[in-house]
Formats: sequence, structure tokens, C-alpha cells
Amino acid sequence: MTTVATVHEGTDHPYALSHLDSLESEAVHIFREVAGEFEKPVILFSGGKDSILMLHLALKAFAPAPVPFALLHVDTGHNFPEVLAYRDRVVAEHGLRLHVASVQEYIDAGKLRERPDGTRNPLQTVPLTEAIQQHRFDAVFGGGRRDEEKARAKERVFSLRDEFSQWDPRRQRPELWNLYNGRHAPGEHVRVFPISNWTELDVWQYIQHEGIELPSIYFAHEREVFNRSGMWLTAGDWGGPKEHERTETRQVRYRTVGDMSCTGAVDSDATTLDAVITEIAASRLTERGATRADDKMSEAAMEDRKREGYF
Amino acid sequence: MTTPTQSAELLAATTLLRFATAGSVDDGKSTLVGRLLHDSKSVLTDQLEAVEHASRNRGQEAPDLALLTDGLRAEREQGITIDVAYRYFATARRRFILADTPGHVQYTRNMVTGASTAELAVVLVDARNGVVEQTRRHAAVAALLRVPHVVLAVNKMDLVDYAEPVFAAIAEEFTAYAASLGVPEITAIPISALAGDNVVEPSANMDWYGGPTVLEHLETVPVSHDLTACHARFPVQYVIRPQTAEHPDYRGYAGQIAAGVFRVGDAVTVLPSGRTTTIEGIDLLGESVNIAWAPQSVTLRLTDDIDVSRGDLIAPAADAPVTTQDVEATVCHVADEPLTVGRRVLLKHTTRTVKAIVKDIPSRLGLDDLSQHPAPGRLVANDIGRVVVRTAEPLALDAYADSRRTGSFLLIDPADGTTLSAGMAGASFAAAEEPAAADDDAEWDF
Repeated sequence: MTTVATVHEGTDHPYALSHLDSLESEAVHIFREVAGEFEKPVILFSGGKDSILMLHLALKAFAPAPVPFALLHVDTGHNFPEVLAYRDRVVAEHGLRLHVASVQEYIDAGKLRERPDGTRNPLQTVPLTEAIQQHRFDAVFGGGRRDEEKARAKERVFSLRDEFSQWDPRRQRPELWNLYNGRHAPGEHVRVFPISNWTELDVWQYIQHEGIELPSIYFAHEREVFNRSGMWLTAGDWGGPKEHERTETRQVRYRTVGDMSCTGAVDSDATTLDAVITEIAASRLTERGATRADDKMSEAAMEDRKREGYF
Repeated sequence: MTTPTQSAELLAATTLLRFATAGSVDDGKSTLVGRLLHDSKSVLTDQLEAVEHASRNRGQEAPDLALLTDGLRAEREQGITIDVAYRYFATARRRFILADTPGHVQYTRNMVTGASTAELAVVLVDARNGVVEQTRRHAAVAALLRVPHVVLAVNKMDLVDYAEPVFAAIAEEFTAYAASLGVPEITAIPISALAGDNVVEPSANMDWYGGPTVLEHLETVPVSHDLTACHARFPVQYVIRPQTAEHPDYRGYAGQIAAGVFRVGDAVTVLPSGRTTTIEGIDLLGESVNIAWAPQSVTLRLTDDIDVSRGDLIAPAADAPVTTQDVEATVCHVADEPLTVGRRVLLKHTTRTVKAIVKDIPSRLGLDDLSQHPAPGRLVANDIGRVVVRTAEPLALDAYADSRRTGSFLLIDPADGTTLSAGMAGASFAAAEEPAAADDDAEWDF
């Protein structure tokens, strides 16, 4: 018996849950609903904190049995090496199955063309949707959160997609109580967002509470970066720096993890979870806003957001 | 700017309140939501800059806080109609999930959707107009959905000279109406969302008002009821059977406790089979515990190896619900296609989905005056009415008045999966059905 009943202000009974316990319980309920109702679900896994959180919740939801879902990573070809190493490590540790949809393979095969601006954000949609069709996944878990931006604020927990993976905001099903309707026709699938109701701060506090390991790039470290349109980008084979761009060593960390070509680092001294949480609680910039510096970069951030969710 | 002290307080907030706002488009709901977010310092610099930029583009000198939620409106203008948006903010005392429901008169389903998960509803009224038809509809939906707390926010007090009699008259009329529907707790607050009176900061213009601000009330309202008094209910979601070397014999029933408390050693009945056994163990996400309560997600292990599967309900042997194949309920029809007598549907109740047929639609409710229109023959989008449904298999259904979790259900189109209706089993309004039993309010659960 290790559960501690906590008395909270405004209520006089011992059976209250903390906000993190409530969010955890809700997310676990959603994972189990999908396991109970669908034939072949998959978890989108990028190695970023939100997908790491989802995997952790899935592990708890089905313990002591293994997670009954495979992982799907859409590899842009421009990923941080630390993140790929992390991905492979957790897959091995938990005996998971990993599917990889590779943007590079699509480019090499001539099915996708590199964009002039070098970003591969929009290029990921085709490999993702084709992987869903090819493997006949009928439920696809995503780590999207409604606090990220206005369009996400309207997303359902269970979001029906047609055979082209399209989201039609006008035709969303009303979502009532915790009765999720996952019915779909053959060829259609449902995108599922178990952490819809979590904020960035909730995610970090939960990671701390649970002692979840993260890729090192989330913590402050010395890194060779260069400035492009006000954002600190990591130098690499993906296409930076260009001739007029100079690299310098700065102490930075990442608030989001995505494609190297469009995910900016922030200056930071936060080398521990405590320090990261203090920094985020005091930050006056949104997660998305922190990695853009001007109007031009806000477009990149928009693309980045789309890439993060594909939805 | 946030000071280090404020951020430390923010991290200390541990309870979560889910609430919904309801109001007509012109009542200032966007401004209220914007004011709540802004004055609770939940709007960050880059978001505020975007609002300032948009305000300047519109020729406004001061930032228009309604624009914090206006991006949605702009998208609607482009033809995207969205039922409900969810917003998140926090103060030092509590975290909030706000179901922001657009207020069009015809979209009853928006408020039903928002209210279904809310523990509190804010009903907005324009002080110049007082209680109007739309206000009564909002109150009726809050009562139907059995939202435990209702706040009447009398807005635009600045436009009625902050006059106490104006507020008092509206508050009295609304409170009498909502109480007659059985709303257990009503708090009326005079505000000006535009000027910021009594939203987050107490108003200097209404010293006659001694109550809490909107935010203060949101921060202190109780978020949980006494769950020990509720009928314990556990819908089985999924059977966990690892069949691994480490756990060769583990067989656990995973689910989220819908109501009440379960303890190791409790005698329980599995419905609909009616088999009785004992709780051998409770696993709280990988950790063994002796007691668990709603809404925790847990795994129950039972003493006897009896047949239990997804869709079954585990309840205390001494307090199990009666199963039935005849469901009488109030539904809100949420689909464009009408619901008609004789219609074959699927009924999703907790984790169980069964075939069903609509046997009768005895009445449609006029939400504006609560009149009953007998035998309407069909319900169209946004209608609320009584239905009688016959199911192909027995359901362990509670009255919605006893449990918002085990008394609610969906009707689904078997052909294309469309969600047709939101159902609430049993009586519609607490007061309408049981006028004598005023003390029943204490049993409301969510």
C-alpha cells in the first residue's frame, strides 16, 4: 500500500487526485480504449518528449504485459543523432517493434523532391500516410496537445481520417463524456491524442515525477550552432551553415525536438529537470514561439508544428 | 512579467478543474475568456504580440483581448465551423481546462459537448438584456447534463452604471429558474469582461458586491464529491494477460473506475453474467494498492477465474445495478440526419457497444420554456427529447442522476459510425421528476 491520499483545498474528502494523476488516468483510459476497439494501432514516435511520454503511459497502461502496439517513426533524414540513438535504445529495452518511414528513401526513389528552402517538414506527410495504408494501421497515436496552438485547440481526442488521412474540421464528431467513438470504414483510420489535455508544463512535471529519461539535447549543453533568421540551428550535413553563416559555440538546449533544419535551440543554463521546469514556468514565450524570432521564422515554426503532428 | 515567486506558485498548483463557458456571441464571452487568460498571466509574450499586431491592423489602440480566441472566428469565416475549443491555463492554486463553446442559438450540441465533461458551467448574460431565452437554454442544458456548479456572470455592468439593482434582479430571476431545474449550486457575479471588473481583480466600481471574482470562485469551488457515497462502478476495458515467463498466470481487468471506491477483499458481481467473486488485488498502473477510487485507471485481479471481458461491469455484490434491455432516457441529437422511431442504431455505454432500436420518441423538449411537445416523430440536430430504446443485450445502466459516467451513452449510426445522439438515462431534470426530494442534490455525481 503506497498510495497516499491527499486532502486538497476546497474539498474535504480524502479521495482527490492531483492534476497529474487525473491527466495520467485519462490518457491511460484512452490507450486502453484503443487496445480494446481497434485491430492494428501504432504509436507515432519521433524521440521527442511528447512521444516519449506517450510510450511511458502505454507501458504503464498495459503493465505487466508488453505494450500491444508497434512504433512508427517518420525519419526525415535530418534527425539529431542523439535522438535516433535514444529511439533505438528504448525499442530494444522494451522489446518493441519499430517501423520507419524514410523521407530520404522517397527522395532517392524520385517520389519526393527536395524543397528549395531545405525543409523536409511538408515532405513527411506522404511517407506517413503511405505507411498507414501499407501496414493497414487503423488507429495512429499522436503526441499532439491542444495547448500548442489554436488549430490544435479544436482537435478531438479521437479524430477520424479518411483514406487520404485528411482532417475535416467541419465534420468532426462531437466528443461527449469519455465515450470515444472509434468506428470507421475500411481504409479510414483514427488519429488518437491521449495527451490532448496536457500542457507543456504538465509534460515536464510528469517527466520529473516519473523519472523518465530524455535525449540529452533537452538539457543545456555546449553546441556548435549558427544563426539563421534569428534561430540557433545545429550545423550538419542537412545543409547548414551556408557560406555567409558563421558557427559559434553556445550553451543551449531544445524545447522541441524535430528536424534539424527547422528546430531552433534556446540559450539556457538548465542542465537538470528541476532547472528546465523552473525555466519553462518562468518563460514568457510559448514552446513554439521560443524557437522563432521573426515573422519569417513564424512560417517555419508553423511548418514545424505541422510536421510535429502531421495533423 | 512573471516573477520567480509566481512561477514557484504555478508549480505548486495541484488540482484540476474542468469547466465550460456558455453565452451568446454578443454577450462578451470571447472577451471574458481573453480576460481570464490575460489577467491570470496565462498569455505569453509572443501570443500577446500577435494580438497587439492584429489589433493595430484593425485600427484599435489597445489590444483587443477577444482576439486571443478570435483566430477561431476567422477560420469560421472561411467556412470552418468548430463545435468546441479547449483552452488551458493555470494559477497558483489550480489548473484549468476550459471547454470554450460557441454560442449560436441552434447549437445546443456545442454546449452539451462542453458540459459533458465539465464540473462547472459559466453562463454569461448581458446586464442590459437580462435573462433571455438563450440564458434559459444554457441553464436548462447545464441542469440536464447535471453540471454540479453553475456561475451566472452578469456582464457589461459598466454599461448599466454598475447598478446593484440591475444585477440583483437578474441574479434573482436566474437563480429561481435554475433552482427549479434542480441546479444544485448557483453563484452570481457582476462583471465587466471588457474593463476587467470582478473577473480576476475585484472591482472598485462595485463595492456593494462582497462575493468572489470569477477566477477566485473557479479556484476555490470543490472539484470532487464524496465518492465513498457513490455506487462503485468499474467498466472492464481490456483484459491484461502477459503470458510471459515472468507473469505466466497474470490475468487482470483493466479499466477506469467510473464511480465510487474499490478495496481488496470486496465481494463483487460481474454484469451482465451476474457471477460473484472477490477482488484479490488492485494494480494502480504497475503498483499494487489496497484501495482505488474514481477516476483512477487501475487493473483489478479477481479471486475466481470466471469469464470477464471488455464491456462487462464490475460492481459491489451488495450494490450492483439492475440490468435492462429497455432504456428510457433524454437525448440530445447531435447529427444532421434526424433520429426517427424504428431506427436501428448502436448504443455505446461505458465500454460496451450493443445493437439497439429506437422504439419510441414520446416527447421533444422546448428548451426555452421547458414545454414538452408530445410524439414529435423525430428529433433533428440540436433537439433534446425523451426516447425509449430497446437493446439487443442487457446493459448495466445507472440513472444519469446517480452517475454521469455509467448513466450516459451514445447512439451511433451502424452504417457509417456517425455519433447520432448523446443519451442520459432516467429522469431529465432533478426537480421536474421529484419535486419533493430537494435533498437529492447531495447525490449528484460526475
